[in-house]
Formats: sequence, C-alpha cells, structure tokens
Amino acid sequence: MRLPRIGESESGMNLPGDINLSMALCVWRRNFTVYKHTWVTNILPNFFEPVLFLVGMGLGLGVYVGRNMQGQDYVAFIAPGLMASAAMNGASFEASWNMYIKMYFSKLYDAYLATPAQMQDIAFGELLWGTTRALIYGAGFLVVLLGFTLAERPILTSWWTLLVPLALALIGAIFSLMGQWYTTLINTIDLYSYYWTLFLTPMFLFSGIFFPVSDIPGGTTVAWFTPLFHGVELVRGLCQGPLELRHLGHTGYMLAVCALLLWAVPRRMRKRMVK
Amino acid sequence: MAPEPRVSQAAVTARSLRKSYRDFVAVDGIEFDIQRGECFGFLGPNGAGKTTTMRMIYRAVPVSGGSLAVLGHEAGRPMADREIKRVVGVVPQEDNLDGELSVRENLEIFCRFYGLSKSEARARSSELLDFVNLSEKANAKVMELSGGMKRRALIARGLAGSPQLLVLDEPTTGLDPQARHNLWERLFALKRKQATLLLTTHYMDEAEQLCDRLVIMDKGKIVAQGKPRELIEREVTRHVVEVWHGEAAAPALPPEMQPLTRRSETLSDRLLLYVDDGEAAIAAAARHWPNLETRLRRSTLEDVFLKITGRKLDE
Ligand SMILES: Nc1ncnc2c1ncn2[C@@H]1O[C@H](COP(=O)(O)OP(=O)(O)OP(=O)(O)O)[C@@H](O)[C@H]1O
Ligand SMILES: [Mg+2]
Repeated sequence: MRLPRIGESESGMNLPGDINLSMALCVWRRNFTVYKHTWVTNILPNFFEPVLFLVGMGLGLGVYVGRNMQGQDYVAFIAPGLMASAAMNGASFEASWNMYIKMYFSKLYDAYLATPAQMQDIAFGELLWGTTRALIYGAGFLVVLLGFTLAERPILTSWWTLLVPLALALIGAIFSLMGQWYTTLINTIDLYSYYWTLFLTPMFLFSGIFFPVSDIPGGTTVAWFTPLFHGVELVRGLCQGPLELRHLGHTGYMLAVCALLLWAVPRRMRKRMVK
Repeated sequence: MAPEPRVSQAAVTARSLRKSYRDFVAVDGIEFDIQRGECFGFLGPNGAGKTTTMRMIYRAVPVSGGSLAVLGHEAGRPMADREIKRVVGVVPQEDNLDGELSVRENLEIFCRFYGLSKSEARARSSELLDFVNLSEKANAKVMELSGGMKRRALIARGLAGSPQLLVLDEPTTGLDPQARHNLWERLFALKRKQATLLLTTHYMDEAEQLCDRLVIMDKGKIVAQGKPRELIEREVTRHVVEVWHGEAAAPALPPEMQPLTRRSETLSDRLLLYVDDGEAAIAAAARHWPNLETRLRRSTLEDVFLKITGRKLDE
C-alpha cells in the first residue's frame, strides 16, 4: 500500500460555502459514466416527448389557431417554451427521484461521505450534473428545431439562438436547486407527486409556453413569480427576437434566484444528511 | 513547508466522546487511544454503538460532545475534517457499492475522490482488484457479485486512497471460511506496511487473532479493554471445564470442587466451571461425574464477551 507523504494532500479549489470543486466534479463524473452506459434508453425517450408535443400541439392544434399567435405559426410560438420546459424536466428528474434514491435507498452518498467529499460538495456535483442533463435535453430539442427551420418552417429566426444553451443551463441550475430544496423537505419518495402535479405541471401550463400569460386575468402577475416564465421568455427572445430590456430583467431574476438558492441549498443538504 | 503540528502520535484519541441522536445517546462518553500501526478492535452486542463510533472517526457524523483527534487532526473544524477524510479508508458495514457501475468503475470513481488522475486511478484499481482477487470480475456489474465478492470489492474500495488508517466495520460478516482467512492474510499484509487498522467484528476468534488491543462496548459505553489474552485472564479464568448433562437436570457443584472453581454458570445443556487450575479441576470433575461428559478447554474471548455483556438478547 502506497502511503501518502505528508504535505502531498492537495486540497483542490474551495468555493464559498466550503464547496470543493474537485469533489463535486467526481460526483458529476460518476453520473456521466452511468449516463454513457444508458444513453440509448435515457436520451431517446426524452428527445421524443417534447417533439411529440411540438408535432401534436403545434401542427395539430395549430391548424385551428392559424397565424393568430402574435403573427406567428403556432408551432413557432410554442417551440421555444417547450425547449425551456425540456431543460426544466431534465434537471428536475435528477434533483428529485434520482437524488432521493442515492440518499436513502442505494446509500451512495453514505459511500461518498466516507471519502474526502462533504455533503455540500455532493449537492453541488449533482447540481452540475442536473444542469448538464438539462443542456442535453434542451440541445436535443434545439437540433429538432433547427431541422424544422431548415425545412422552411421558420422557428429559429435570430442569430441570438447561439446563446440559447446558456439560457438552458440557467434554467437547469434553477430547477436542480429547487428540486434539491424540495428533496431536503420530504420524508418519503411518494411526495414528489405533489412537486410534479402542484408545481411543475402548472408551471408548464401557465408560463406562457402555449398562450401568452396576459391572456388570463392575473396571469402576468402570477407568472412573474415562477422561474419557468422567465426562462420561456428568455429562450423565446433569443430564438426569435426582438431582444428588449425586459430580457435583461428575466436574466437578472433567474441569476438572483439561482444565487440565493446556491447559498441556501447545499448547506440545507448538509444539515439533512449529516446529523 | 513546515511539518504540521501533531496533536499526539496516537492514530486516534478519544476523550469523553459522546454521540446522541435527538435524546437517544448512542455513544456515552467513551475514551480510548489507538496507536499507529496497531490493529484495534471494537466488540459489542448489536446496537452497542460501534458503527456510530466508527462514523465519528471517519467524520461522516458530527461529534455531540467530548474530543476526538484522528492522525493528528482535531475533529470538528472543516479543514481538519477534510484532512482526516483524506487519510482514512472505510469499509462500511452496509453494502453501498454503486449498483449502476461495474466493479472496476466503482474503484476508479473512488480513486478520483482521492485526487488520482484518470490513468493513476486505472492503475490503482487494477492493483486493488488483484489484491482482493477480483480481477476476473472487474467488468461485472455489482449485482452480479456474490455476497462475499461484494465485501471484497468494498475492501478494495476502502483502500482506494492508500489510507494511513483503515476502518473495517464487520468486514468478514457473510464470508465463507476461505474468504475469511484470505482476508485475514490481507489485513496482516496491510499491518506489515504500518497501516493502522480499526476493526469491528462479532466473531470472537477473529478478534482474538487479529487485534492487538480491543474494547468491548455495551449500551454506548466501554465496559472492558485490553489485549485479548490479558482480558481473558483478567475477566474470566485461564480454563473452563464443561460438564455436559444433556436433558437431565443440571448437577449441583460438589463442595470438594468449590475451592477450584472461581465462577460457575448453568446453561440448558451444560455446566460451565471457570477454573484457574485446569488439570486439577478436570480430574476432580471426572471423578465426581463419571457418567457425564466432561471437557477442559482454554477460555476464549467469547467467554469474556458473554460474561460482560450477558447471555440474553436485550432488544
Ligand atoms: N441515524 C440514527 N438515528 C437514530 N439512532 C441511530 C442512528 N444510527 C444509529 N442509531 C442508534 O444508535 C445505537 C447504536 O447503533 P450502532 O449502529 O452504532 O450499533 P452497532 O454497535 O454498530 O450495532 P451492530 O452490531 O448491530 O452493527 C442503536 O441503538 C441505533 O438504533
Ligand atoms: Mg454496526
């Protein structure tokens, strides 16, 4: 057995909140390894679901809606929002069921806690992974939209589209952190059904993906408090323009929520797991 | 770089160490010193607080009271805890291998937590697989392993970071005799390389063989400690005479044998006489009970364990 020499232990980089980045990257790397094994069963379904929405709602319902959506095709109207929701779903899966299983069923985090990693590193690594997964989901969707655009159904009409991955990452980070927050609150895995039906699904329906939030009374006010609304607006702005000052507001809102959660969630995770 | 200050040369030092979960006290003010390079055992009935003590040592749970120093670092401060975690390897009681990865991937991922590069992790994993005789199963998924193989994989994983202190929580539970002896060999090999070993086990023969010193815990407290042989001679006697009476009622101890017997114990099928002079006692017993089977044996750690922690199941 090779015994480490004194002073050899390199500690890596510590972020604020005593989060060690190299430990977090180890957690990320594990998830990536698993993902490489299962991507056929993992990526493909998640690729199909939003595409089905796009085709079913966009082309089907679109026949009745015509070009009444702010002068656009219905497909073109809903596509950016669906991309944002794909990112939301990708991150949410990781931060909920997958994380709960590693906390309490497979005891994987107990194994990690026997290494130099601390719980806040693990939470941060899962956040990085959830964001990656949001990006993978969103990027798959982006490729489909590119296909539509090239096939003369203009959906991506602005060069700002190149910055969409950044917006998707931001959405991924927020929903990773919100999912983790919920995960620290519950005592049984069944309670995620509430997170989905009372939080994510309403957001999916009322964040301006399928119709402008201003169409229902009070819609705009409520939407302002939900992160998905800001994500949808930002992605739509980047894909189709015109970019206005309010898009800076949407970005700022999301960055602020992200920073707040980043401060609070890893330490909550630690409190929850290390007692 | 100046050498870091050492709290003490001991591998682990605990003073009034306590751990409570809400109002339940799992570890109740224990004190011990583990020297570098020794194999130190924790024995005790289920729920005694052994695993909890281990988890405090490898910094997976906070300490509720008292002090704890591991390899020269005072536990509790964030930086010290990370240092401790870096030099302590863990073989947990519960199997928590990563079921979604192969055995080799499990090891490689763990090596990375200790700062090894990709190629170093690969080389180290091969070494470790070899060390626990699992090279043939390197690419098997964890669920394809037998129970004993899983334990061996856990042992390999515990060594990923080339630890100075290896914590083994019931490493041989569920192993067949070959695998158990095999593991003992491996542990001896580690000891020769100056690693400090910390072991819990329910097998008294194992503790007697492997441990230089040990403590017996019961209900969160240390109730006995010392070298195995010393403990036996102090807590019980050198020898035990067993008188097998089978179904019949237990015979009473005759007056002539009373001076020879320090303590006697009646079990359902035999009488145990704890004696110092084995030769004299077995002769007297054979004379007195010509029709019963009488046996002389050396006292074991198991006798100590049962005397101290009782024969009844508490919970
Ligand atoms: N996370 C926890 N929350 C509450 N109580 C706990 C927790 N972990 C352990 N305990 C309690 O602490 C006591 C000691 O448990 P511990 O696991 O240390 O026992 P042990 O000596 O390792 O037993 P065994 O031989 O069965 O492994 C038990 O009564 C247990 O129920
Ligand atoms: Mg235990």
